[in-house]
Amino acid sequence: MDKKLNLEQKKVDLARNTAAKIADHLHSWIGNYTTTTTERAAARLLGIDDVDKGDVPLANVMVDKLQQAGCLDKGLVPWLARAVAAREEPPQEIAEKLADGQLSVDEIPELPAEKWRKIADSMAEEAAAKIRGTRNKREQKKQEAMPPNKPLLYVIVATGNVYEDAIQAKAAALQGADIVAVIRHTGQSLLDYVPYGPTSEGFGGTYATQENFRIVREALDEAGEETGRYIQLVNYASGLCMPEISVMGAFERLDMMLNDAMYGILFRDINMKRTFIDQHFSRMINAYAGIIINTGEDNYLTTADAYEQGHTVLASQFINEQLGLRSGLKEEQMGLGHAFEISPSMEDGLMMEIAQAQLCRELFPNSPLKYMPPTKHVTGDIFKTYLVNGMFNLVSVLTGQEIQLLGMLTEAIHTPFISDRYLSIANSQYIFNNARHLGDEIFFKEGGKIQSRAEKLLGDACDMLQEIEKIGLEAAMEQGFFADIKRSQQGGKGGSGVIEKHKDYYNPFMDIFLNGAEAGKGGQS
Amino acid sequence: MDVDFSKVKAYGDTLNDGSMQVSFTLPVPAGDEAREAARQLALKMGLEAPSVTEMVDLGAGFTFFVLYGKCTHTVDYAAIKIPKRQQEVLDFKQINELIKNELGRKVVVVAACTGSDAHTVGIDAIINMKGYMGEYGLERYPQMDAYNLGSQVPNEDLLAKAIELKADAVLVSQVVTQKNIHLENLTELVELAEAEGLRDRVLLICGGPRISHELAIELGYDAGFGPGTLPNHVGSYIAAELIRREKTEE
Repeated sequence: MDKKLNLEQKKVDLARNTAAKIADHLHSWIGNYTTTTTERAAARLLGIDDVDKGDVPLANVMVDKLQQAGCLDKGLVPWLARAVAAREEPPQEIAEKLADGQLSVDEIPELPAEKWRKIADSMAEEAAAKIRGTRNKREQKKQEAMPPNKPLLYVIVATGNVYEDAIQAKAAALQGADIVAVIRHTGQSLLDYVPYGPTSEGFGGTYATQENFRIVREALDEAGEETGRYIQLVNYASGLCMPEISVMGAFERLDMMLNDAMYGILFRDINMKRTFIDQHFSRMINAYAGIIINTGEDNYLTTADAYEQGHTVLASQFINEQLGLRSGLKEEQMGLGHAFEISPSMEDGLMMEIAQAQLCRELFPNSPLKYMPPTKHVTGDIFKTYLVNGMFNLVSVLTGQEIQLLGMLTEAIHTPFISDRYLSIANSQYIFNNARHLGDEIFFKEGGKIQSRAEKLLGDACDMLQEIEKIGLEAAMEQGFFADIKRSQQGGKGGSGVIEKHKDYYNPFMDIFLNGAEAGKGGQS
Repeated sequence: MDVDFSKVKAYGDTLNDGSMQVSFTLPVPAGDEAREAARQLALKMGLEAPSVTEMVDLGAGFTFFVLYGKCTHTVDYAAIKIPKRQQEVLDFKQINELIKNELGRKVVVVAACTGSDAHTVGIDAIINMKGYMGEYGLERYPQMDAYNLGSQVPNEDLLAKAIELKADAVLVSQVVTQKNIHLENLTELVELAEAEGLRDRVLLICGGPRISHELAIELGYDAGFGPGTLPNHVGSYIAAELIRREKTEE
């Protein structure tokens, strides 16, 4: 990639180093806590699935009972390992018996640590091997498939019914989509459990359940086989169950997860502490599973003004990157987000979009940037929207973006029809092909509007990061540094699910996932 | 041009030619039969001389069509009567002065995206400081206390907040319209407000891409705002309507 913006390396380093300090500050306390969903994720990793008679997931049942018994601060795994030792039954059976009252938490006798640890570690290693197996299968399928052109074409399906989603996902793949996201039911982020089984009712999208993941995965694999390509599947490891959804994705071979460190706090009013702890374990799972995360900086620009707040996107990308690295994610796994949201009525707005997109590209050269389409200024004029989406596609191919979420001409009208998706794919294919190497031929005027805009954005992002570093990210979010949204440190949903760890807390997955990521450092993702 | 307003037809390039374009998908494989199916469907829609100008195989047994035809139907434009909000649109300064001079107190506005709806782009544009398209949001109005409760707010919580803050106006935004969820949510809010005895004490206003003033009235709201609404449109309505009500009470 040619460097075209004449950026001052010192400034780039300053931004990155400041973000590193911000992330380190968070990590000075994240490790002291666990959360209910973190422990439920451990339960799921150890094979606990299904629901009780009242449709409560067994992972929730076990965590709730351990919490009531006052021993969740030591982690779920030690108790479960002791139960496995005492009863010589697999975790699922223990969970079932706990749920129907045949077994109580107190019945399980204490055991010397070296004994239960051995069991815990071997069960955890088995789960890790399962995830590695899924990851290898993805790698193998990708190698057998035709390599896709970039930017990759990313579309969404959002019918609310998983069987309808599967049909539409397959059709989109046959039309040329490289990546399909199944939009989630709008209320799911605030559920403190993950629904179970296939679902056919949802508003604005479909519930993320493990069975739904499997159903759409199968449909996309079929489409992949028919076309000789590998179609990537996306869902959302966000909300109150970030790590649990990551586990489900790791098992069912999802390829990408929306997985932002701050999104839940800002846009779903989820408790700050809870989110920072949850995102860490969630991202560790994604890292180990070879899943690419997508971050949600595009959302800042739908709430705040895209031209004035462009630097907040960069500041957030740097913070997301540094937090991601601390959870074992490689740069190649970080689909840092940004968006084409400057008002189309602005004179030279296109140049400003080019400046921002090129800047993201140069600041994060190894990351598969996720570029989001215009939504804020889109009206019901489908003809204009189609044209604006064309400009968005042009900027993307010109600046080497990697994950292109295609704009829909019916944005702001309805969730995409099958034909809307086709038209968006046709739009992007035309432009990406027609302007494939245009970027190689174009350089920007020294000190011109594009370079100056990029310089200003980077400078403002540096200033913002330094201010955040001074007061801490928590206080900065209280003061509304991102998206003009203010969130109190104590407020938000899910705060009661945060638990201070006991000195004997144990979760074998923390070491397995972080060391696994360490071992893979520098290798291919 | 000699238009008969009692019998208006679509216009392409000649009066009363009825020309229009439609596009749609049929769940059938592309081919001659599919093209004929699209043509027959157009005839049933009242489109004469239908012509499929584009047929695309969408895969998985679906076919997309672009079709032109001449619509035979007419509408009686002269007989149409639509309820309208009866006030002129004022600007930021005028609205604040009006409230200050005529009401002599601050107007309290509570707003939210209700139900499972997480799309705050509309309510943010109307309420938040920054506003939209150069028009300040209601938060910025010195004569208003505006509270944006954000997304996924249960109707009960919105009304509880309205009671707590003694709100003059309650604004509800509904963006997600899949399977008419917005209508359920909006109706429920009116019912709850009535049950709480709140209905006559507040202005109930809804907004969203699929909302019209007419629909809002039908659902039991005082006003509705659709696409293209700016903060001062809503502000003008709230100020004028509160003043009108205050005067009627006196």
